[in-house]
Amino acid sequence: MIEFADVSRSFTVGDQQVAALRNINLNLAAGEYVSIMGPSGSGKSTLLNLIGLLDRPSSGTYKLDGGNVSALDDVQQARVRSEKIGFVFQAFHLVPRLTAAMNIELPLILAGIPPDERKTRVVKLLENYGLTDRADHRPDQLSGGQRQRVAIARATSMHPAVLLADEPTGNLDQTTGKEVMNLLEQLVEQKVTLILVTHDPLLGGRAQRQIHMMDGQIVSDNGSSS
Amino acid sequence: MLFPDLVKLTTSSFLSYRMRSFLTGLGIAIGITAVILLTSIGEGLHQFVLAEFSQFGTNIIIIQPGKTQTHGGNVGVIGSVRPLSLDDADALRHLPYVESVNPSLMGNAEVRANGKTRRTTVLGEGRDFATAFTMKVQSGSFWQDEDNEQARAFVVLGSKVRQELFAGENPLGSYLRIGGQRYRVIGVMEPKGQILGFDMDDVVIIPAARAMELLNRPGLIEMQVSYRASADVNAVIRAITERLKERHGREDFTIISQEQALDVLSSVLDVITFAVGALGGISLLVGAVGILTIMTMAVTERTSEIGLLRALGAQERQVMILFLGEAMLLSALGGLAGLALGVGIAQGLHWLFPALPVHTPVFFAVLAECSAVAIGLVAGVMPARRAAQMDPVEALRTE
Repeated sequence: MIEFADVSRSFTVGDQQVAALRNINLNLAAGEYVSIMGPSGSGKSTLLNLIGLLDRPSSGTYKLDGGNVSALDDVQQARVRSEKIGFVFQAFHLVPRLTAAMNIELPLILAGIPPDERKTRVVKLLENYGLTDRADHRPDQLSGGQRQRVAIARATSMHPAVLLADEPTGNLDQTTGKEVMNLLEQLVEQKVTLILVTHDPLLGGRAQRQIHMMDGQIVSDNGSSS
Repeated sequence: MLFPDLVKLTTSSFLSYRMRSFLTGLGIAIGITAVILLTSIGEGLHQFVLAEFSQFGTNIIIIQPGKTQTHGGNVGVIGSVRPLSLDDADALRHLPYVESVNPSLMGNAEVRANGKTRRTTVLGEGRDFATAFTMKVQSGSFWQDEDNEQARAFVVLGSKVRQELFAGENPLGSYLRIGGQRYRVIGVMEPKGQILGFDMDDVVIIPAARAMELLNRPGLIEMQVSYRASADVNAVIRAITERLKERHGREDFTIISQEQALDVLSSVLDVITFAVGALGGISLLVGAVGILTIMTMAVTERTSEIGLLRALGAQERQVMILFLGEAMLLSALGGLAGLALGVGIAQGLHWLFPALPVHTPVFFAVLAECSAVAIGLVAGVMPARRAAQMDPVEALRTE
């Protein structure tokens, strides 16, 4: 499903080259639940951005579903993001002036899906995530847990194959954090590949496959498919 | 992205910053108001002036004695120029397309009736004077026959002269003395008012042949030829020129076509209207700077939202369209408000000062609104491009 072959990513800071990722080789199978752990600056967010096609590798190739996506142009990459990848962020990233329903609908609008189909999908998602009575609320009228539920509903609205979650519970308390994790893990049962980035070993320990990173390299991986 | 969604998304950001949107739109609104107000007044003046000049009808050709050369004025009756005579007028009557020929001269004389005396303008005209100049006779009529040798002593009164000399009585059939000769009143003109400062009501109109004798003039001041509206003015002018050259031996006369004169006048007035409109356009430019400022701010403020849109699968082009759409919405709504305001103020001014002619052509209104939208587009391009070209990773990291 996701194949990284000798992928490196370096940034220019001042007149210095700083390597954020060095020669990463990684294979993830469809439907896998993977956590990527490591201290800040270890390169886990950079890896996530590369998987999510928000960033391009400096060298190496990235294949998604067998296709070399690192060779695609911006428009094609945007289409892949739209159709195959969902994001859940620590800071929720909801559009403040749009209602919960509109926020969930946003990826569908951008993909140009007809209004009728959008409506049925949004109604179903609101129902699935217990947000039906919050549909017309704006993000600032929602609790943290509700906001993250809206964000998950939005991430899954296009039925992505891969869900990328970057510290999804980082802004939540214990109880709601657990709720959100349960919702994400339910998606794994529906054959979604869930990639969870966290610095919390307790949270990361819930995944079947755990990857530890340090200084831009994978230092341990209990996975089977690599 | 479908068009209704684009409208929905851009309106949502427009509405969430009400005050800011209002003020930015106001910048454009003031610009459009200025343009509409100035062009309305310009166009009103344009129509007023043209109406003033064309109220005698537009298919009239005026012939004056003397050829206008590169310099020097109208030679008139002195010099070697042959004056225009009544026979010249008769000769033109039979040309194709010509409907009537009116010989014309004017002077001043004392008129007397009912023991009252008044110094007034004497117009020597032909019997077709009223129809040629689209003026109306209130009672009575013009003389029917036109005998150059022995014109009959008939007079048609202007409404003011009638009022002064025959107040409260029917003047038809009464006699009037003009310069010592007796004239019978056969008609009274409808009041016409002043035309470019000349009081059309303070006149008496007598046959041109008698006026030449009375005023001791050897020729006419001018002839007005009215031609069929469907005819080509140039063809008529050619025919007249040929005929008169035949009679005079050379071109010692000047032909002015009302249509051509109006065309020139109209194009001059158009330039004036355009120029004042362009002056108003300067304030539109200020409005454009306002949009540029506010859109630049909006892009900076909403950096993380731009990152999110990209993560959700938006193409660079879509992000650009969203921000361009916002800029255009601001300017389009501002433009509409400006249109309403401009037309409102123009009509208000007209209501306060009825003498001020005001007219807003639909074409100008549409043009103004289109330029408002175009300004929004141009002002929005730079911020929208910046939004589209942001690095999504960087943008998402911004709080």
